[in-house]
Amino acid sequence: MTNFTFADGIRQAIAEEMDRDPAVFVIGEDVGESGGVFGVTKGLWDRFGPDRLWDSPISEEAIVGAAVGASLVGGRPIAEIMFSDFSMLAMDMIVNQAAKTHYMTGGKLSSPMVVRMITGTNGSTGAQHSQSLESWFTHVPGLKVVAPSTPEDAKGLLKSAIRDPDPVMFFEHKGLYTGRGGPAGDVVEVDPIPFGVGRIHRAGTDVTVVSYLKTREYALAAAETLAEEGISCEVFDPRTLVPFDYEGLRASLEKTGRLLIAHEAPARGGFGAEIAAWAAENCHDVLRSPVMRVGGHNTPIPYAPVMEQFVLPMTERITDSIRALVQNPSRQLQSL
Amino acid sequence: MTDALTRTTARTAAGITLEEGLELLRKMTLIRRFEERAARLRAAGFIPGFLHPCSGQEAVAVGISAALRKDDVLTSNHRGHGHLMGRGADPAQMYAELFARSTGYNAGKGGSLHMIDADLGFLGANGIVGGGIPLATGAALQLKRRGSEAVAVTYFGDGASNEGAFHESLNLAALWKLPVLFVCENNLYGEFTRQSEHMVLENVADRAAAYGLPGVVVDGNDVLAVKKVAEEATERARSGMGPTLIEAKTYRHKGHFEGDMARYRPKEEVEAWLKRDPLLLFPEVLREELGATDAELDAVRESVEAQLDRDIEWAKEQPHPTPEDALRHVYVDSHNGKALR
Ligand SMILES: Cc1ncc(C[n+]2csc(CCOP(=O)(O)OP(=O)(O)O)c2C)c(N)n1
Ligand SMILES: [Mg+2]
Repeated sequence: MTNFTFADGIRQAIAEEMDRDPAVFVIGEDVGESGGVFGVTKGLWDRFGPDRLWDSPISEEAIVGAAVGASLVGGRPIAEIMFSDFSMLAMDMIVNQAAKTHYMTGGKLSSPMVVRMITGTNGSTGAQHSQSLESWFTHVPGLKVVAPSTPEDAKGLLKSAIRDPDPVMFFEHKGLYTGRGGPAGDVVEVDPIPFGVGRIHRAGTDVTVVSYLKTREYALAAAETLAEEGISCEVFDPRTLVPFDYEGLRASLEKTGRLLIAHEAPARGGFGAEIAAWAAENCHDVLRSPVMRVGGHNTPIPYAPVMEQFVLPMTERITDSIRALVQNPSRQLQSL
Repeated sequence: MTDALTRTTARTAAGITLEEGLELLRKMTLIRRFEERAARLRAAGFIPGFLHPCSGQEAVAVGISAALRKDDVLTSNHRGHGHLMGRGADPAQMYAELFARSTGYNAGKGGSLHMIDADLGFLGANGIVGGGIPLATGAALQLKRRGSEAVAVTYFGDGASNEGAFHESLNLAALWKLPVLFVCENNLYGEFTRQSEHMVLENVADRAAAYGLPGVVVDGNDVLAVKKVAEEATERARSGMGPTLIEAKTYRHKGHFEGDMARYRPKEEVEAWLKRDPLLLFPEVLREELGATDAELDAVRESVEAQLDRDIEWAKEQPHPTPEDALRHVYVDSHNGKALR
């Protein structure tokens, strides 16, 4: 059996792209010899050395700003922000600089760069190391937003992100590459995966469940349980949030007529709201029940495991919500 | 700057009584033993989150706190246990928080990275490197506005001095003569990266010159030297003369976090610093300059250990929060157990 993990996918995409294009380089905290806090860049140092791995001081604004600047003059930087929470310190460079470069310059300049961010909740890392902030970036025109849920998708999408002509925000859920998702080593060939193409992980007829990153696993587990009860779920992973595979989603809704969106980020203002609004506007003709969202509760992420598990949309909450949506939609909406 | 080092490390043990000296030793011992037990408790599954042990750096927190008054306030970083106990925090409530219990300092919501004791003016550890520095600057602004003589202290590392927040805060505090002690614990590493790989200057304190405030280097393993520079800096701050940057040269005995084997550090370097362990150096001072007896020194350790064992037993018996407690405290005005939609 191959042992190809999420961390392997990320590392191999970086290595293969660095082999392919000398303009590609990595910049971030402890990305050099030590191989990163999660060991994801381990081994790259011996192969590529300090000209390809810029192990930086703890200076997020300068890290991302340097990546933007390098991208303006021919570089293809991959900036690593250890925890996506720390991207807040680099927001000016992402939002006011990178996102608008191409537009503001009338198309004369562009900023082809990737910001890799470790995201999500896993193992009591607390309120400042656990957030799911992807929807913030989807709100900023000019940024592309990628959120893979499998090792293959991680590898193929990161390759595309590195080759992409625009700034790409690339989210990696820590729950997908700690423990058994950590570096293992088998190499699997994966071609670049185009943005804006979703993936159906399980076909079904009663309800379309949109989920991404770690939540996709919970959605699949929910689908498994519900299948035994005679409820057939189609689990749809958009893989990229911007651009979003609306054609794929529409095709799925034409089969199922019901839509539930599950993500770890707080429901309020999460990307699920965007998908729901789109469906309300564009799929009214095929929908046979209200659209539903299951998100994290609208709280910061607490430290204690019992509270942490409670705020997350885990399998049970997703299962209950789908059941209610299919069986009794109006009542469930009140208690959401 | 070497002048500054020799000037500030000149020992003045005469400045304290034996009783005061034993109290300093008690606090440093408490911190060390607390951290050792926390590591074991984490391995045994009692502590779910990160731990960044401060063993080896105790003299900084204890020396600084010895110069503070009750109305002073503090902010800290991710390596904050010593800063808390230096200020007099209750280890029992600290353990309860680490165990994620509802009677812990942060009601189980914060853990090690966010621990506070508001009654002591301890405004919190911080998970964001550099995050506490502007907070202390702002606290100092309010203290000054209020006409109080209190000061704000912020602890951070050598690595944090590369964040924009550090530079912006130093400039602001110098400009407005805010009563701040910027205390840099230079333990020679930021995570796995040596200081020489993350900045060109040898002394973080030299950065002060760029903003027009004094920068002082002190031996961070000498609790009395730290106390002395802290007294000078607090006096400056209380008399309206503004902030001071204090760089305490020290070393963390363990890895960056519990579980990091710290293989990136040369063995000789670790051994050299272990010989300069503040918990070896200070008992010698107490013995030689204040005539402390072996029995007195042993009694400190024994009482600390007995206290910590009781604190741990207490903390283990504390209740867990309920899942729904997660919904409390999102806003000040929503204590009814429901998060706003
Ligand atoms: C803004 C931000 N960037 C990065 C990190 C990850 N991180 C946590 S501690 C640390 C090293 C800090 O080094 P230093 O300031 O020297 O403190 P020390 O750990 O040595 O006490 C890093 C990079 C973080 N928590 N916050
Ligand atoms: Mg340090």
